[in-house]
Formats: sequence, structure tokens, C-alpha cells
Amino acid sequence: MKKDIIICGVGGQGTLLTSRILGHVAMSAGLDVKLSEVHGMSQRGGSVVTYVRMGDGIASPLIEKGGADMIIAFEELEAVRYLPYLKKNGHVVVNTNRILPMPVITGAAAYPENLMEILTAAAEVTAVDAQALAEKAGSVRSVNVALLGAAARQFSFTPQQWQEAIRSCVPAKTVEKNLLAFAYGNGEK
Amino acid sequence: MKKLMLGNEAVALGAADAGVKVVSAYPGTPSTEITEAIAKNEPDVYCEWAPNEKVAVEVAVGASIAGARAMAAMKHVGLNVAADPLFTAAYTGVNGGLVLVVADDPGMHSSQNEQDSRFYARSAHVPMLEPADSAEAYAFAKRAFALSEEYDTPVLLRMTTRIAHSQSVVEPDGRTGQTVRPYVKDSDKYVMMPGQARRRHLVVEAREKRLAADADRSDLNRAELRDRKLGVVASGCVYQYVREALPTASTFKLGMVYPLPVGAIRAFAAEVDELVVVEELEPFVEDALKAAGIPCHGKELTGLQGELSANAVAAAFGRPVAVPNAPSDIPARPPVLCPGCPHRAVFYVLHKLGLTVMGDIGCYALGAVPPLNAVDACVCMGAGVSMAHGMEKARGPEAAARTVAVIGDSTFIHSGITGLINIVYNSGTSTIIILDNSITGMTGHQQNPSTGKDIRGNAAPALDFVKLFEAVGVEHIRVVDPFDLPAFEAAVKEETARRTVSVIVASRPCALLSKKTEPPCVISKDVCRRCGKCLKLGCPAIEKHDLMRINPILCVGCGLCAPVCPFGAIGKEEAR
Ligand SMILES: Cc1ncc(C[n+]2csc(CCOP(=O)(O)OP(=O)(O)O)c2C)c(N)n1
Repeated sequence: MKKDIIICGVGGQGTLLTSRILGHVAMSAGLDVKLSEVHGMSQRGGSVVTYVRMGDGIASPLIEKGGADMIIAFEELEAVRYLPYLKKNGHVVVNTNRILPMPVITGAAAYPENLMEILTAAAEVTAVDAQALAEKAGSVRSVNVALLGAAARQFSFTPQQWQEAIRSCVPAKTVEKNLLAFAYGNGEK
Repeated sequence: MKKLMLGNEAVALGAADAGVKVVSAYPGTPSTEITEAIAKNEPDVYCEWAPNEKVAVEVAVGASIAGARAMAAMKHVGLNVAADPLFTAAYTGVNGGLVLVVADDPGMHSSQNEQDSRFYARSAHVPMLEPADSAEAYAFAKRAFALSEEYDTPVLLRMTTRIAHSQSVVEPDGRTGQTVRPYVKDSDKYVMMPGQARRRHLVVEAREKRLAADADRSDLNRAELRDRKLGVVASGCVYQYVREALPTASTFKLGMVYPLPVGAIRAFAAEVDELVVVEELEPFVEDALKAAGIPCHGKELTGLQGELSANAVAAAFGRPVAVPNAPSDIPARPPVLCPGCPHRAVFYVLHKLGLTVMGDIGCYALGAVPPLNAVDACVCMGAGVSMAHGMEKARGPEAAARTVAVIGDSTFIHSGITGLINIVYNSGTSTIIILDNSITGMTGHQQNPSTGKDIRGNAAPALDFVKLFEAVGVEHIRVVDPFDLPAFEAAVKEETARRTVSVIVASRPCALLSKKTEPPCVISKDVCRRCGKCLKLGCPAIEKHDLMRINPILCVGCGLCAPVCPFGAIGKEEAR
């Protein structure tokens, strides 16, 4: 299996954890993996993106425009921002959440109303209210893992592989809640 | 066992496995996680945050002379600060292996310039290695210590953002027990006065020749012959882009970017029809090859600016790239000061008073962007203080009364203190505002000499800013919580009016440090008149809809917006 995944959102939303779990699950399945992360300036509420590449002998850690099989977006505007990175007919898993950027807050720009139309015109879209799922799992901070649970349906890893990757990446105290958030995201009621 | 690791974590593990004993560093993106990983994972290695990169390198030089393997890590501009010890440590050479890691930031993800640190290797005459993934970051870190001792030289290890902050698979091959070498007094080697330094300069020249000759045979570099029509010379992440974009091309992969293996590249060039150097930033390799009489192409294809990528390389060679979905015209999302950030209050007041603000580097550089628009200049760490003085000397004390400098706690200790001493000494009248949020915020919350904790979170003496300013000779010192907006505004007005130097310590901890959660603020629909005053704070939690609204998920309940509303529409939820 070869897959290139873009994980995007707003600095501070916990995108790094999602990419690390994805990286671990792929490695445990015997794939080569590269992740490219963003640290520093843009983490202060700016637009952030992490690339996850898995397959056989990955060279570049970056995903190019038109190259991603999937976008996992933590916010609707950010999903649309990275759409040029998606392959034709790729998959977008998007958290139905809006965080207004500063140009909108100051009135210099408007938050677009037609984001879902733009997404569905270009991609197969799974929209998830990950916030609600995380709350249901008892931890608002596991939005990132709930969203990953929704994305997991597009991968062929086993439930055991996912669970092990989550265990090895999240703080020990939060394992149970994160496993639950993942399960809800994955479709468990 | 295989591990998925950041390039920076791999450097730390490689250094520890090579037996590094002393690590000193000042944080800076994209280098910070190297020292953080040592602090977190390597209890047997001494490590510290130094006040700046010059100190860090000098600590490492001292440890090396003492016989231990030692390392300092910094971002590219940090090596400017540490260039002084580097150039002369190149003369003294080492006792224990000495490795200086320097992380460049092509594309300026988190930097004020995109200088190319490879030139430091050439001008200081020390070798430089550049890894192309985490496995090489690990292996090259180990190798750098061995090279340092073998050739009696400091070794530079160059990272770039995409190697430092990418994770890939590493298979560590174990720890070598390293003993501290004996220390023997040797003033001819370590006391660099003109007489000794002239003799050592000869040693430096001979060493460089030996390194250059050995580079041709080194397994750090390798020629990979495929299709002979095109041969590409590349290093670091660029090598990966080339492999991705031009999989059939022959490649010469550089692991040592200085001194260059000119003989080996000449032999490679003879095997291929056309030679192209693909490198980010300056034509460092290209110019060297041309000077050696090896015909090649380079910058006319890839340009001098920013980062490359597989697509950029493909396009430079006229290869097809995927046609992407069209971008949509959507609002940008620039970084912002966090909800609850103490800096917001400072810039709100400075903007309101219309002062000229000589800024500095840290989270508070974001005071320059709308709607606060408060910062006039931002150059390098420490510059704000000295630039305010320069402005006064150029335009007179009237201008000084309309000017302040702002500088963070960590940045002030890094290099603001000398500027302040200069102002006092040379009868300046500037007003300096210390943005004391009790942490090094921008780079991800490192402790510093003013926070009362060391790198591992153990208690440490906390520098007392007020005593320091007194000792320096500042007569007017005030400590104010900037969230007390009237008091802070009054302090700024009084101190700028004074015809003498003064310092205001704007003291309030970083909002991200606070563990206790305040209930969010709310705007009363009945009272709000949509005047938009609250939006002038530039708080990401305050949103403009038909009415103003505070996003309860983002709001941390700091309450700064409450007194800013002229109608008293903002308060805490429970109170309503
Ligand atoms: C010479 C140099 N070293 C390191 C950096 C990276 N850097 C940028 S801001 C900063 C720290 C800022 O901390 P502080 O002054 O306390 O301000 P804060 O971000 O907490 O507001 C650092 C280390 C740099 N830009 N230049």
C-alpha cells in the first residue's frame, strides 16, 4: 500500500499527534514512513500542515500539489486551503468546525459560506463532528483521535494495529478515552 | 530496533550514542528539539539552556578542551552570534570531539532571514556534514564526533527544516562507552595570541588540505550511476527531492558539504553527459565546482529563493508534474497572539498611544500585524534596545519621547542587556519595555535564567530583573501587570516623558502556562452596540458576526476585553 496523507488545521489543534499515530501504525505494518511536521512560528494560531507518506522506500518527506490520496482537516477553511494538494477524486475527512482567521475577525475578509460545496465538487467528503464525538468519549482534547477514527475506514490496518499505535503515542493517562474517541470516529455507536 | 524519529531527535540520540558528555544550547527553530531530546531521554548527559549561542558554543569548547565530547545546537542565525568562538576554536582544535549543529531554514518557516550556513564551514575552515534523513542524522552525528577527534577540529553538522522536523525510520546501532580524555595544559594550542595563532593557522591550512583529499575517498559521499545523460549533485533533503523527481538520473550524493570531494565529483562528471548541481539557497557547491574547472549548471535552473521540492526540481528540468485542483480564493490564516497573551495588552496600549516601537524577536513580533500594527522594526535578537538608542541619537530626545523598545525576557538576557548598558553609559533617554512572560515562548516554552527552573525543570536561581537594572544604572524601573490597562498606559506615558533612561517590566506569565481554566467571557447581546472596539485587541476568540461574539472554545477568560468595551457589554458568564 502506498498512501500520501495531508493533515491540516489551525496551530494548537493537535495535528501532530494524529500524524504520529498514522506514522506508527504504518511502520508497525512494515511500511516505510516519512512525516513532515511544522514547529515554530505558525503554531501560534496559524494554518498548519503535516505530511504523512507511507509505502515502499519513501524519498521526499513532502507531498506535492496534486499528490495526496487523502486530506484529514481539523477545520473547514483549512480543508479547502489544502485542496490543491489532493489527487483528482481523492478523499477529504473534515471536522465540521470553523475557526475564524484574523482577516475575518478584523472584517478585512469574510468566512466563505460555500466551503462544503467546494470540497464535494472536488473530492469524496466525509464530514465528522469530531468535537461531539470527543465529548462523548469524555475528553474534548481527543478531537484529533476521533477524526483519525473516521479516516481509519479508508485504510486496511487492523483494529489491533490502530490500538497499539494509539497506545504508543498518547499519554498513558489518556489511553482509554482516546481509544473510545477513535472507536466513535470509526463508526461505533 | 527500528524507531520513527524526528531528524532532531536522531541527532540527539546519535550524539548520546557517541558518548557526548556536555550539551549546551540556546533554543531556535528548527534546532530546539535536539537539546530537548537530550534533556528528556538522556539523564547521564549534562545539558543546559545557555543565555545565547555564543555562550553555548564557548561552554562546548571548554568541555572539549577538558577532554569530553561536547555539542552545541542552534538555528542558522544563532551561528552568527556564535561565530566568534567558532572561528578561533577552528585554530585551537579540540581535545574531546566538538560538534556544532546548525539548523538552516530555507523558505523561512520561522526565521527572519534564510542565510546559508555552509559558508561558515568554508570561512572558518572546518568540515560540515549534512544528513538527508533521520537515519543519516543519527549516523552523521556519531560520525561527526569521530571526525572531530581524528582531524582535531570542530565539526559543523548542518540540518535544514525539512530534515530537522521530518520523522523517518532510524535503526540505532548502540552506545559506545566514551571516556573523558586527559587534560594536558598546552598553551601553544589553546592560547590564541598572535604568535601561537600564526602557527595554528598553518595547522588549519594543512588540516583542510588533508580533509579535502580524504573527502574524495570518504564513504560520506557517494556516486550513484544510473542513466548517464544527466548527473545531479545534491545533499540533504534536496537529494530526496531529486530522487523523487528524477528517478533515472545519476546522482552524486554529498554527505560532507565542506570540504567538497572535488576529485570524486570530477570523476563523476566524466561519466555523465551533463552535470547539474541542485541546491537550496546559494550556489555554494556550484561555484566551487566551477572554480575547480568542472563545467556544470545550477542556479539558472532552480533560483536562489526559498525551498525546493520534488515538483520544483521536476519543473526545473522540464518534467511534467501533476495538475492540482485549482486553489480557492479564501482568507489567509496568519499566526496570531494566543487568546490571553500578555503581549496583546502591551501592544494595544502602544498602538493607542501612537508610539514608534522598536521591536525584537519572539512571539511579540506578532504585535506588528493587524489589527495591533504596533511594531515599527524587527531585525535580530537584542536589536530593539539598541535601535531605540540609535533612533534617539539620530532624531533627538523629542523622538525618544515618542519611541519605546520592546523585548522579551529571554531575548533581553540573550543580547538586550548589552544594549541597555550602552544606553545608560552614553546618556540615552530611551524607554525599554521588558515583556516578561516568564518563559521563552516562541520556540515552545523553554526555561531561561529568569524563570527559576533549569532545562530539566529543576529549581534554579531566578535572575532578578529589577536588581539587574539597578546595578546597570537605570534609575527609573517599574514593574506593571499589562492587563491593568490604565496603570500600564500611565506608566508608559510617564516613562517616555522622562528625559532619562527607564525600564518598564510588563510582568504577566504566558497564557499557555496557566493550568487553571477561567470561565470564558461573553458579550451581552442587549448591551453590545457593534462599535468594534473589542476587535482592536486582535483576539482570535472575539468574532464579528451580526453582533460581536466570543467563541467559548477559544476564549481563556483572561478578561482583557471587558474594560476595553465602552458600554460594559463584556463580562464573565457566571456573573450574568
Ligand atoms: C540569534 C537567534 N537565536 C534564536 C532565535 C530563535 N528565537 C526567536 S524568538 C526566541 C525567544 C523569544 O523568547 P522571549 O524573548 O522570552 O519572548 P516570547 O516569545 O516568550 O514572547 C528565540 C529563541 C533567533 N531568532 N535568533
